[in-house]
Amino acid sequence: MSSVRVLVGTHKGAFVLTSDGKRKDWKVSGPFFAGIDVYHVKGSPVDPNRIYASQTSSWFGQVLQRSNDGGHTWEPVSNKFAYEGETGTHQWYDGTPHPWEFKRVWHLEPSLTDPDTVYAGIEDAAIFRSADGGQSWVELPGLRHHGTGPHWQPGAGGMCLHSIILDPSNSNRVFIAISAAGAFRTDDAGATWKPINRGLRSQYIPDPEAEVGHCVHHIAMHPDRPGILFMQKHWDVMRSDDAGDSWHEISGNLPTDFGFVIDIHAHEPETIYVVPIKSDSEHYPLDGSLRVYRSRTGGNEWEPLTAGLPQQNCYVNVLRDAMAVDSLDQCGIYFGTTGGQVYASADAGDTWTPIVRDLPSVLSVEVQTLP
Amino acid sequence: MTNANSAPIVRVELPHHLRTLAGTGIEVELTVPAPVTLSTVLDALESRYPMLRGTIRDHVTLKRRPFLRFFACQQDLSHDSPDAPLPAAILSGAEPLIILGAIAGG
Repeated sequence: MSSVRVLVGTHKGAFVLTSDGKRKDWKVSGPFFAGIDVYHVKGSPVDPNRIYASQTSSWFGQVLQRSNDGGHTWEPVSNKFAYEGETGTHQWYDGTPHPWEFKRVWHLEPSLTDPDTVYAGIEDAAIFRSADGGQSWVELPGLRHHGTGPHWQPGAGGMCLHSIILDPSNSNRVFIAISAAGAFRTDDAGATWKPINRGLRSQYIPDPEAEVGHCVHHIAMHPDRPGILFMQKHWDVMRSDDAGDSWHEISGNLPTDFGFVIDIHAHEPETIYVVPIKSDSEHYPLDGSLRVYRSRTGGNEWEPLTAGLPQQNCYVNVLRDAMAVDSLDQCGIYFGTTGGQVYASADAGDTWTPIVRDLPSVLSVEVQTLP
Repeated sequence: MTNANSAPIVRVELPHHLRTLAGTGIEVELTVPAPVTLSTVLDALESRYPMLRGTIRDHVTLKRRPFLRFFACQQDLSHDSPDAPLPAAILSGAEPLIILGAIAGG
């Protein structure tokens, strides 16, 4: 019988939640790397026992951890992320030039074909790749050396490269997103990159339709339809039907289109999920009511999903990498909150149950569907 | 305290999270070739525990991470030259070099 493993990164360590395919009874393991921020934990799609984790600390810097046994034991691998060539500058919050400085790894994206190959999205924004299971890291410098690089600025959380999507139909194509530079795509395996932000409109930058400068919070792609992308921007939920060459808004009837997460049903590429957050000034759900919104039409028409979620006095946030789906026949949806709850739905969002209620603030959630 | 080759054996006290990472107790003993300085002690520490590279000082610049301090013999050595000789009590093993995480954060 299939089972699921939920990998949770929190403000004070990582946790591994496991269940059989019924997804009713859960075993909670952890904390791993106790007391330290774990920004992201993700397993290899070709070897689910190979899992990578990013632990990061203001005191002790970055540590990359690797497990070869499904998260039971871990070993540190290389934490050396050295930018290639001249470091250069980006814009600081006040608009002055500021040198690129490595701060932490936000996102780890294991290869679709090789468990030893993994990509890392880092702050200050750049993408690195390891082909030896994390023992060494090499930058794909074409992204940072894109001509617009000196104009990129950090978002409130830092200038982070937080989303990496590998195209399963084209090994040369990778999508990434940076807060607050925008989305980019390479079609030559990372040698060169192009901004893919046409159609985005952001009132908080001098030119609302600028080529770069948009605060993209997260992007998602269904593996069966790699040309279609969904985006939760700072404000606005967006869709592209041409691999990011152009975007159009699909916020529709959402009560607020600010938010961080966006994800897609494993078997229905037009069914998407967001968690609307009140505003960029008030990072919690509207009216203290935690609602996931689902669109079965690829956007614009949204329905609130509330069964099992707190509908009063709830003031948590759901961060950009904190939602994931499993690929069981009845698709499971999972998300974690800054209040430490991890909610699961075994029926595509119709009903929700907390797996755990009192973890540290959740930074990321990933799911592995195991045979 | 010296080893068989008369190289000083230096005691280094690690903060909690670095002990966990390196799999050590509170204190480790390192053989450090002369001259015994912050730099040579940290070189020896990172050589024996490679997972600590980048956690105490920057990989490239070798600058101390800002939230860490180096204490020894009731002195804060954090702002001293990393190439300055350490106190005699460190070389003799009477006192440890303490790597301390700043008391801050939530």
